[in-house]
Amino acid sequence: MNKPQGTLDKPKLTFAQKCKTMRGQQIICTIVFLFVPLLLLFTFTYLPFFKMVQFSFYNRDYLRVRSFVGLRNYIDVFTRSDCFQALKLSLYYMVGSVFQISLALLFATILSFKVRGSRFFRGALYFPRLICGIAVGFIFKFFLNPGFVLDTLLGWIGIANTPNWLENQAINNIVLVCCSLWKYIGQNIVLFIGGIASVDPVLYEAADLDGANAWQRFKSIIIPSIRTIVVLNLILSISGALSVFEMPYVVTNGTFGTSTYFVVMNKLAHTDMKVGLASAMAVVLLVIIVLVTVIQKLVEKWLDYRENWPHDYGTKEASK
Amino acid sequence: MNKGKKIVVNVLKYVLLVFAAFVALVPIVSCVITAFKNVEEYQTTNVMVLPKSWLYFDNFITAWKQADLGSAFLHRFLILICVLVGSVLISAMLAYVLNRFQFTGNTLIRNLFMVATLIPGIASQVTVYQIMDSLGLVNSFHGYIILMLGTDVITIYIFLQFFENLPVTLDESAIIDGCSYFGAFFRILFPLLKPAIVTSAILKGVSTYNEYYMAGLYLQDKTRLNVVSTSLYVFTGPMGSQYNYICAGVLITIIPALIIFLLCQDQIYSGMAAGAVKG
Repeated sequence: MNKPQGTLDKPKLTFAQKCKTMRGQQIICTIVFLFVPLLLLFTFTYLPFFKMVQFSFYNRDYLRVRSFVGLRNYIDVFTRSDCFQALKLSLYYMVGSVFQISLALLFATILSFKVRGSRFFRGALYFPRLICGIAVGFIFKFFLNPGFVLDTLLGWIGIANTPNWLENQAINNIVLVCCSLWKYIGQNIVLFIGGIASVDPVLYEAADLDGANAWQRFKSIIIPSIRTIVVLNLILSISGALSVFEMPYVVTNGTFGTSTYFVVMNKLAHTDMKVGLASAMAVVLLVIIVLVTVIQKLVEKWLDYRENWPHDYGTKEASK
Repeated sequence: MNKGKKIVVNVLKYVLLVFAAFVALVPIVSCVITAFKNVEEYQTTNVMVLPKSWLYFDNFITAWKQADLGSAFLHRFLILICVLVGSVLISAMLAYVLNRFQFTGNTLIRNLFMVATLIPGIASQVTVYQIMDSLGLVNSFHGYIILMLGTDVITIYIFLQFFENLPVTLDESAIIDGCSYFGAFFRILFPLLKPAIVTSAILKGVSTYNEYYMAGLYLQDKTRLNVVSTSLYVFTGPMGSQYNYICAGVLITIIPALIIFLLCQDQIYSGMAAGAVKG
């Protein structure tokens, strides 16, 4: 790279002269521009990752290594009741995200066609996403406080004797899933609206001419055209559900059986100083996330292949 | 389709939308109601009963003082400026090199950034804390700023996408005219990046403004290093049930995000979509 071929008969360049050639300049520019981002990426992403793998084999806190424990931490992750309980909790969030995606699909469809005030409705549904997590925590502590907002609203429609939303263990995780849906559904809606907007409008016109009703239009045009993005969102929600952190952290702080996997890990690492165990938890989750991502990529390829095979034969190559 | 059915579908559509908007907004609106009540009203009336006066601002003043929001906003603003300038420069330079130069390792670097998005931020903080500690960066604004710069991938994608649509002939002609690569980047291309800069600055700005987890971890000295998001923690202690103050504090912290949202809705939507495609 630094000694291009065919330069033998040219006069030897000094380092300073080399730097002035176009190639030399390009190399300097590359090094200068890449240095900071790569240093940051290495220091705050990859170094922590390798340390995490290393720490997971030790019994240690932040400052001292106590002892090498082999796979003990990993065994603990699967046998300790708090970790295992937390893994079960993610089922709530997985079911929740199926609801979230279906609802988002419904509203994205409604908002994609002529609706008065669609900008307002989309804005109202998206805005919660931009509220700081801690503020969201206070908002819901207030909203769900016994006798406060939600109980009053339910009282208006004649529902009394409501449970304590955040302390009753039969429902508090469902309540937190709803809080999370409140904050994040807008994001799905906006993404799906984008997907629907990219459908060729000729298709809708043709459907209208054929007398298709709203449901047929939804089933035969919208669903097939945004199937890929919906399926990918569903798969991603598996790793999303496992890494839920915000709502249980800010609303209940993991009390009354609401500790998700990351809330447990956060507490072990930063309160109990069991850094080795927390690292093992992080590694286990990362392995799952990588698996899910690999599956996602495979499904993406498969859907791509299926969609482009029959009618687009050969054009894909050309468009590249 | 018969007319009656069409009307029913239409009505149903609006009922659904109004209900959804109601659910989305009622938690915030109920905070507004309570924030305008004085102590006696707050204690004696139901939370959904409207306040006597919409001009009662004492709760906001108390919340502002209790949470020391003046210095919290100042700190957050300074952090925001540094993070935005830094991340825009870093990401634009990185995207320029990755998009314009062919060199061994180009794809590798792209993939390294791609894979980095898989690692959830909270998981890596277990060991990042130890690294920050050994670098002496815990409990300092500059440490927090460096960390916020390092965990940034969406901005990079926005710039990469933008560079793909900027014709190479632009920088080629600048270089033929005697510009260096640095000159071509800073004088010709950087000014053209304005739309990407605006979009990424808004997204990064909102997420930096709202960031609370790392602020709680790395800015532990709450009196000296308070920032807007974590300043609300004041209300968890003995003030934990005085929701008239808490709601006022919450609303104060929401207002900047609301203003940005009302002004830049479209950039937020499109930027988020751009980030979500690859990230």
